[in-house]
Amino acid sequence: MGRMRKSPGDAVFQFVVDNYLVLVLLVMVIPIWRVFMLSVTPQVDLADRTFGMLVPPSKWSLAAYRQFLTHPSFLIATWNSVLILAMGVGLGLFLTVPLAYVLSIRNLPGRKLLHTFILIPFLFNPGLIPSYLVVTGLGLYDRLLAVVIPGAINVYNVFVMKNFFEGLPEELKEAARIDGAGELYILFKVVLPLSKPILLTVGLFYGVHYWNDFFNAILYLGDARLQPLPILLRNILQAANFNDYVDINVFSEARMESLKAASVFLASLPMILVYPWIQRYFTKGTLSGGLKG
Amino acid sequence: MGRSRIESSTPPGRTLTRRLSHAWKFRGMYGMAILPVAFFLVIRYLPLWNAQIAFKDFSPLDGVWGSPWNGFSNFAAFFRSPYLVPLIRNTVLYSLAKLALGVPAAILLALGLYETGHRMLRRVVQTLAYLPHFLSWIILHGILLGLFSASEGLFNEINRASGIGTINYMGDPATFPFIVVFSDLWKEMGWGAIVFLAALMGIDPALFESAQVEGASRLQQVRYITLPGILDVIVVVVLLRIGTILDAGFHQLFVLYSVPVLDVGDIIDTWVYRQGILNADYSIATAVGLFKGLIGLSFLLVFNRLAKRIAGSGLY
Repeated sequence: MGRMRKSPGDAVFQFVVDNYLVLVLLVMVIPIWRVFMLSVTPQVDLADRTFGMLVPPSKWSLAAYRQFLTHPSFLIATWNSVLILAMGVGLGLFLTVPLAYVLSIRNLPGRKLLHTFILIPFLFNPGLIPSYLVVTGLGLYDRLLAVVIPGAINVYNVFVMKNFFEGLPEELKEAARIDGAGELYILFKVVLPLSKPILLTVGLFYGVHYWNDFFNAILYLGDARLQPLPILLRNILQAANFNDYVDINVFSEARMESLKAASVFLASLPMILVYPWIQRYFTKGTLSGGLKG
Repeated sequence: MGRSRIESSTPPGRTLTRRLSHAWKFRGMYGMAILPVAFFLVIRYLPLWNAQIAFKDFSPLDGVWGSPWNGFSNFAAFFRSPYLVPLIRNTVLYSLAKLALGVPAAILLALGLYETGHRMLRRVVQTLAYLPHFLSWIILHGILLGLFSASEGLFNEINRASGIGTINYMGDPATFPFIVVFSDLWKEMGWGAIVFLAALMGIDPALFESAQVEGASRLQQVRYITLPGILDVIVVVVLLRIGTILDAGFHQLFVLYSVPVLDVGDIIDTWVYRQGILNADYSIATAVGLFKGLIGLSFLLVFNRLAKRIAGSGLY
């Protein structure tokens, strides 16, 4: 980077590197582009199948999107996903912030013990069934909380946040303690106002987790009215015939492959739109991870 | 950080009462930890208690504690079953294949991003390469169908146009493993590159300057400065990945596999799901999960220690 190019060998090197990146670019873009093209290609264009449908069809159709966006099951699933996201991020931060803060107090008696306490389940996972019995045993089956509660504390997020808290100047907290402030006051009035970047980062981590999570929904949400977007998407993708899944009259206008592609594209759209703006928080968060106490 | 005032006013004593009175000063902290600790007890530790059904003939009516013990017969049943070898083989092979392809690809991408002179190109590739990490495997399934499905997958369009005919990539045991490994590569390559890119950024620029004075070519600089500069990080990443070798990608296989490819698509985790949840055979599924957890724990401990010893840093 910024180094001078001198010899012809170095020019070749630069050429190879840049073209390799262009290749990566194409490999990343083509699959997503392909899905988008499928979703806007109406029946009529299938006959010519130009370039394996990588170029825009001569006649666009947004029928698949139109039908999808107005279909009740899509709206219900989206609403469930938003609810799960909101509850998950809320509960996640509500539990992660105090835990990370307590772990960041260096001279806390028992700090090492607490550290070990949260690390043990991270290192040893007894598998799916014992957890399944806990969640169903709590009477959470067919409640949205069943998909919210199990993921509410992510150990990685705790340590990312703990590392951030440890980097804050100790003097600020000390000054407040001398003034006789309680720990809750210090956390809310001194620490958290300085912690907006990390709250955003960890909140986003939780947000992505809950938005994408489908397996807990498969385990615990049998009621179709409770199912989030990924489950609807899965049902649509797995349906050999769209009629298996939804009323044919509603979806008759667009063809099945377009509907599948449109549902994939719609489901990933929030991430595609939001992601470039929040990317730096994720990379920062990842790099400040590490589970060291 | 300097010593805090609380500590200096009452240094931790040796007697229990002094320790307790010292700890009492932190009661506000302990109060804050109550809810998270309760969460861990219920959501993370109660499953450890429930894991005892691996040694029991569990029936939901009798409950975890009330069900009769049956020793190691659940484990024995699994070890004698024809599932054992293929499940472990599939799990380990997927893990190793993803490691063998994923780590070099991530290093190569990080190198490319580091060495390119085009800021814009770097930014765009970075953003696009990280993105799929944040898409769920269900969305990936949809994208894969767009490429590989028998009906309208891109590759089958090409195959038909060139007279090869239709190949059911995702339903054929011969092609399915490649779909699994390469889709994982596509999804995680960019994200895996972050840690290497960060390591590259940490290399002292003075090294390159003196290499240039000596007349080293760009390629030689990569060979003798850049790669050795990130060798420690590479070692740590590889060792930690080996430490989780039994995690072959549950969500991925769960979403992508189907009956025709079960022989090459079934891993320990998917089997546990089917046996435990779908067949409600809780005890055997728990025994297998516990078996996997114990192997996983020992691998993690061993390879984390190795990483610390060889490269000076580990996971915890």
